[in-house]
Amino acid sequence: MMQNNAGEISQELFTHVGKNIEQMEAIARPSITYWQDAWRRLKQNKVAMMGLIIIILYTFMAIVGPYMTPYDYRTTNPSEINQPPSAKHWFGTDTLGRDLWARTWMGARVSLMIGFVAAFLNAVIGVLVGGISGYFGGKVDMVIMRVVDILYAIPYMIIVILMMVVLGQGIMPLIVALVVGGWLGMARLVRGQILQLKEQEFVLAAKVLGASHARIIFRHLIPNTLGVILVNLTMSVPGAIFSEAFLSFIGLGVVPPQSSWGQLAAYGAQSFRVYPYQLFIPAFFISTTMLSLNLLGDGLRDALDPRLRS
Amino acid sequence: MGRYILNRLVVSLITAWVLVTIVFFLVRLLPGDPFTSEKITPEIKQNMMRYYGFDKPLHIQYIRYISNLLKGDLGYSLRYQNRTVNEVIRQAFPYSADLGIRAVIFASIVGITLGIIAALNRNKSLDYISMFIAIVGISVPSFVIGPLLQYVFSIKLKLLPVAQWKGFAYTIMPTFALSLGSIALMARLMRASMLDVVNQDYIKTAKSKGLSPTQIVWKHQIRNAILPVVTVLGPVTATLLTGTFVVEQIFAIPGLGKFYIIGIQNLDYSMVLGMTVFYGLFLIAANFIVDIIYGIIDPRIRIAGK
Repeated sequence: MMQNNAGEISQELFTHVGKNIEQMEAIARPSITYWQDAWRRLKQNKVAMMGLIIIILYTFMAIVGPYMTPYDYRTTNPSEINQPPSAKHWFGTDTLGRDLWARTWMGARVSLMIGFVAAFLNAVIGVLVGGISGYFGGKVDMVIMRVVDILYAIPYMIIVILMMVVLGQGIMPLIVALVVGGWLGMARLVRGQILQLKEQEFVLAAKVLGASHARIIFRHLIPNTLGVILVNLTMSVPGAIFSEAFLSFIGLGVVPPQSSWGQLAAYGAQSFRVYPYQLFIPAFFISTTMLSLNLLGDGLRDALDPRLRS
Repeated sequence: MGRYILNRLVVSLITAWVLVTIVFFLVRLLPGDPFTSEKITPEIKQNMMRYYGFDKPLHIQYIRYISNLLKGDLGYSLRYQNRTVNEVIRQAFPYSADLGIRAVIFASIVGITLGIIAALNRNKSLDYISMFIAIVGISVPSFVIGPLLQYVFSIKLKLLPVAQWKGFAYTIMPTFALSLGSIALMARLMRASMLDVVNQDYIKTAKSKGLSPTQIVWKHQIRNAILPVVTVLGPVTATLLTGTFVVEQIFAIPGLGKFYIIGIQNLDYSMVLGMTVFYGLFLIAANFIVDIIYGIIDPRIRIAGK
């Protein structure tokens, strides 16, 4: 083949394929967005999907669980204390004769709600502060970041405990305390992302077109960091659930007759040597929820991180 | 180096001052104004007056509070006439520190080893097993693992004492329960750091020099990979020390965490705040020391910090 000289390749050997404008423009495969692509990757990750299913299942049970039994989560019954799990009381009863099935799922409402609401508010405040700080830079950035750095140096649990001592116990104080201590990490993360993004051409284009600062931040910069924010949000839910459980365990959290998983575990720990189920049931739910969320967060990070794409 | 240390010192001092100032103003926001409640005996009220000077203007109170702290005086109990925060700390903190130091050492050794094993066997079963242990460790809180250990090893198998703090056998379960979460954190970090280092040019150089794989792993990879892991020692110490609240409660260890919980249950706010200030300042100091160590072992940090 290589030895052939040019004369032997005649003009007739070539045929004109032609240019079909329509075919050129046709898209060979359906285009998928960033989020569709991420979802496709996440679906292939069996471990992460299992985590997602468990979280959905627990959320569903937190909504309907308390209504599946005739017993109210607050009603004490002196004649049926410390009953082991049975057909009548599916998860048994506690030292005051309260039905633990009802208390566990009412506790799930409180624990999951605190976890999700606190993590969400952390993200909102963190994104606002981090976004503004990163976008405007200069003096604004310096002042905000110095404040954040100093607050960040005070241990998280110390801030949360201080807030709980001052605000008193209950669900709202818990959420406030967790948010006061928790938004700093997100603010730093978002600021770092915005600093990288704001020098890119699409931001310049938006500026040239006369977009306002708020529009650039919220329509151009934040949507581009949403993946990182979402992963961090997922990872911070188990942290918030753990903190709620920790605080309830040391007596600074949810007050009876309200229940939460941490508080059930705290009471269970007092009597578990005789009635192990009173601790192991809430312990199982706390651990599996945190495990599921961590696995889901890992999966999301793999699905959303563009650096891992080939 | 001198400039780096000075810089970290100034930041730590400002942080300590901010913490102390926040606590000072929080005391004035306490629910139900505990200092004027009827349950308080005149002696305790006198203690409070002496310590906080509530009859004086705010700025005098503030100066007095700061100077008390500078003298190392952390305040009085609201419940017990003659109990000061300092006495409680002197009596109980050695137990907490003992438990905490054991946990830091245990977590570092096991966590780093687990991370190295995982990274060297990347995408093989040992990696998956190590990382599964790590993610379970992150997800299972100490107040779950503690009672579980007690149930299995003390009540069922009768191998270890259930609770208290009277010798080495008593320390095994609390140390493990306390450090599990940090083991997991350090293992994940060490694995990531090891995999990061593998792609560096100096590893290629070492390979092309013809060094044996063992030499490369020990002398080049692990030594460099350990550096970023040192930075989390500050936060890990904080997690472990606050973790002692729960673990001491579960294992009936007479440490500071137990008094902390008793203080909370008794609504002894001034006790709780005094101990919180102590913990906060202690951890800020610990962070400062970790920063300095990091600056010594990694010269790049000192230069970047200028």
